[in-house]
Amino acid sequence: MMNNERPAGTGVILVTFVVAALLEVVPLNQTLDWVRPEWMLLVLLYWVLSLPHRIGVLWGFLVGLYLDVLVGATLGQWALSYAFGAYFMLAAYKRMRVFPLLQQSAVVFLLVGSANLVAYLVQESVGRTLYPPFTILYSAAASAVIWRPMCTALRWTQHRFLVR
Amino acid sequence: MYSANPTYRLLIALVLAVVLMALDQRSKWVEPVRYGFGYLTAPVHYLAHLPVDSARWLGRLSETRSNLMESRERLERQVLILEQKVQRLAVLQAENVRLRELLNSSANLDASVLVAEIIGVDPDPNRQELVINKGGQDDVLQGQAVLESQGLIGQVVEAGPLSARVLLITDASHAMSVQVNRNGVRAILAGTGQGSRLRLLYVPDTADIREGDLLVSTGLGQLYPRGYPVARVSRVSHQSGAAFAEIEARPTARLDRVSHVLLVQSMEPVSMPDMAPEPPSGEAGSSQETLPDDE
Repeated sequence: MMNNERPAGTGVILVTFVVAALLEVVPLNQTLDWVRPEWMLLVLLYWVLSLPHRIGVLWGFLVGLYLDVLVGATLGQWALSYAFGAYFMLAAYKRMRVFPLLQQSAVVFLLVGSANLVAYLVQESVGRTLYPPFTILYSAAASAVIWRPMCTALRWTQHRFLVR
Repeated sequence: MYSANPTYRLLIALVLAVVLMALDQRSKWVEPVRYGFGYLTAPVHYLAHLPVDSARWLGRLSETRSNLMESRERLERQVLILEQKVQRLAVLQAENVRLRELLNSSANLDASVLVAEIIGVDPDPNRQELVINKGGQDDVLQGQAVLESQGLIGQVVEAGPLSARVLLITDASHAMSVQVNRNGVRAILAGTGQGSRLRLLYVPDTADIREGDLLVSTGLGQLYPRGYPVARVSRVSHQSGAAFAEIEARPTARLDRVSHVLLVQSMEPVSMPDMAPEPPSGEAGSSQETLPDDE
């Protein structure tokens, strides 16, 4: 029934992405940098999960492109990675909605991990990787842990500002 | 919109991304995209830096009178010492210019500098980069050298409209030409990807480089100005059987503690007839003994 209404709250969605971008670049010490969750990807996954008719691969691509410039990566690195992330979520959102908590986190771990892998492959191909590929799993694990509280916060935001 | 197959969209995204990556790596055509997005990304960096800024501001507010007086006295003493050094510098500089004229080489004048504040560091552990609060609107250009009071820090690799990214000399993809201040031995100084560790590449076992030697920039490669301190040799180990000596150095600049940096604004190409015959990279280290022998 919600889907019949006109889309609203694009501004709110953009604001959540800006907050996520902020969390992506907030300076941490070097150890904590390893377990920095993929905030922007998590926010993207949440919006794909709750508004699959609006937020999809194109959003993923543009948000990723923004992140590329934000962190100075090769243009297209995160764009491709996030497009994949959004695509996988579009394929899984129906099941995801009925999954119990732990299983949801496991799916998020897989999604973030595979999106990170895409980004890692790109970075590897331009010769800017230094550490072995399994290091991308640290941030995937952190993302899985943070998924639930972040979902709660975003759901509150969505209902409070009537995003649909 | 809902009916559109996401697989097609993914394919389009894939193609677009690959084209973007190829163009970004091989050409300058996508610079406008980066520059345009820069207007949107710079505010995020500024915002992320805000807590640091306000903490500093609060700290300044709560400074006690005695502390301020103390620091003022210290600074006055420092100014006195620096002024005395500058007096000698003027004479030395004049002498240097005269000697350079005798050698028919161009006088390297003082480069003007622009002060910038560091507002961000790269969150990716694979890379060593900084974000500074000056960009294209302050005439920051790609390739500009970035200094700190104690030495060289790196170079601008991307000049956005409101901010710029600085590649540090410790990044694994960074290498530059340096020479030992004591005897002029030249070598390539490469980053390792770890803060405060650098390596000298392709230095023959017999080269005269010792622990504690100061490495200064040579100006070869036309990127860095000549004669700025870069690093100090921290370890020299000779392995029997290895072709090259293993030499580690530590940057003189305090890369992890500094909050303000200097951008060298105008850099005159310094012509160095005594170093001209050689390519800036390759075997800079192994050819230190061979003085110009052509012509």
